[in-house]
Amino acid sequence: MNCDVCKQKPATVFLTQIVDGKMQKVNLCEGCSKEKGVTDPTGFALADLLLGIGASQEMEKTSSGVRCPACGFSQADFKKTGRLGCSNCYEVFAEGLEPMLKNMHKGTEHKGKVPPRLLKIKQREEDMKKLQRDLRKAVTEERYEAAADLRDKIKQFEGGTAV
Amino acid sequence: MTINNLLNSPGEWLRGDGPHSNIVVSSRVRIARNLRNFPFPGWAKKADRISVLECVKPAVDALPEMGEAYSIFSQDFSALEKQVLVERHLISREHAAKGLGSAVVMNKKQTLSIMINEEDHLRMQSIRSGLNLKSAFKLIDKVDTELADKLDFAFHPQLGFLTACPTNVGTGMRASAMMHLPALVLSEQINQVIQAVSKVGLAVRGLYGEGTEALGNLFQISNQVTLGEAEGDIITRLNKVIEQIIHHEVNARQGLLQKKPVTLLDNVGRAYGVLRYAHSMASKEALNLLSYLKLGVDLAFFPEEFQHVIDALFIETQPAHLQKGSAKKLQAEERDTLRAQIIRGKLVSFPPPDADRALAGGGSPPAE
Repeated sequence: MNCDVCKQKPATVFLTQIVDGKMQKVNLCEGCSKEKGVTDPTGFALADLLLGIGASQEMEKTSSGVRCPACGFSQADFKKTGRLGCSNCYEVFAEGLEPMLKNMHKGTEHKGKVPPRLLKIKQREEDMKKLQRDLRKAVTEERYEAAADLRDKIKQFEGGTAV
Repeated sequence: MTINNLLNSPGEWLRGDGPHSNIVVSSRVRIARNLRNFPFPGWAKKADRISVLECVKPAVDALPEMGEAYSIFSQDFSALEKQVLVERHLISREHAAKGLGSAVVMNKKQTLSIMINEEDHLRMQSIRSGLNLKSAFKLIDKVDTELADKLDFAFHPQLGFLTACPTNVGTGMRASAMMHLPALVLSEQINQVIQAVSKVGLAVRGLYGEGTEALGNLFQISNQVTLGEAEGDIITRLNKVIEQIIHHEVNARQGLLQKKPVTLLDNVGRAYGVLRYAHSMASKEALNLLSYLKLGVDLAFFPEEFQHVIDALFIETQPAHLQKGSAKKLQAEERDTLRAQIIRGKLVSFPPPDADRALAGGGSPPAE
């Protein structure tokens, strides 16, 4: 039996890991097992390794030949390393990544922390939308004094003086 | 603070206290973050990695949590020094292989360590002794919030924080506990526990041949999923499962005391005999025997004050820690001789196992 990674040397390290009730097996040669750090039981997840070998087939179907315009990363590189090139790769290879992410996670919607700075930006956008809505309403209802106030506020907002 | 200071002070998490510390050795939470406008370290050119380092390191150094910190470029460590840090779980094996363009910053107590340009631009981890996942998370979350103010982290509205490996995307968080489960191994219940844990989306890490036990009966339980579940929920769920495993281990210990005292005495007694009198000991053998000695203290075969001696030996008998104290490069055989010598020295005043005291119920009471 040959090594699952290099497919050249005979496999001498046989690993089994049970994740989420599913048994995963991988066979490696001496060299590849060292390179992948499998002799370190604390820092090693078979899922990470299998990702490079198996799951990238999904990407092969949808994005072979495509390169990330930001960093030049290609699908073939993913197959080799099991890692992406840069944050923009998540957009470029989105179609192929989607089923893979679904498979390994609980859906594909982030439910956790949002950086505070982004929260602030989001809040600002929402405040702005509300002001513009109020302005339109005031104009339709012919409350010109209120409309002028709102217009000033929007101007201030755009200038970034009010947060 | 110099590298020597760092290597010679053992770090707070090795003290072996904290909740449930007789079964949960340590709790760790790590978070992966990347800068938006740079390729991930594994794909970046050297110039990009250096730019990232120049941008990230000052921000990390300025963290209030990093007062009196160790802040060291990777190229300034020797391979041996890095290996010592790996054995203490302060840096990863992957980070130990890095040179120019990478760095590590850690606080004086060695409870917080931030690797720059590992697999991701930032890998931040907090490590605590005992079962302390919540406080470990709290610290790392605070540090992350402070850094997010200064650094432009790659964040996707749908996918969350973006990481080099898709297995970490979303929260970028991996929380784990290192558990010492000798009684579940001895009573052959460990495989059932592993099966059950993996069914609820958590991973038990280690090398398993056909159902054999892990080194030193140590198992690392961690979350597998990082996308689609909030950090707090992941920690709560993991904590619950760990508490259940503690409960099973405590019961298995009582079960052994009551139903298989000979098996228990034999394992603890043999471990004591071999550790006290052997003159050559491989690292794996030492871990496995020390595990039974540790169990022996928990079950009152030995006085409680010897706990710290054993906990220290777990780390001090690791290959790089042994080499560190020696002037010349040791061959494997010389290391085994030195390891046995150190263990014999530390166990010189260790009394033989007191079976009567243990069987009279001197050990920890059964779980509620």
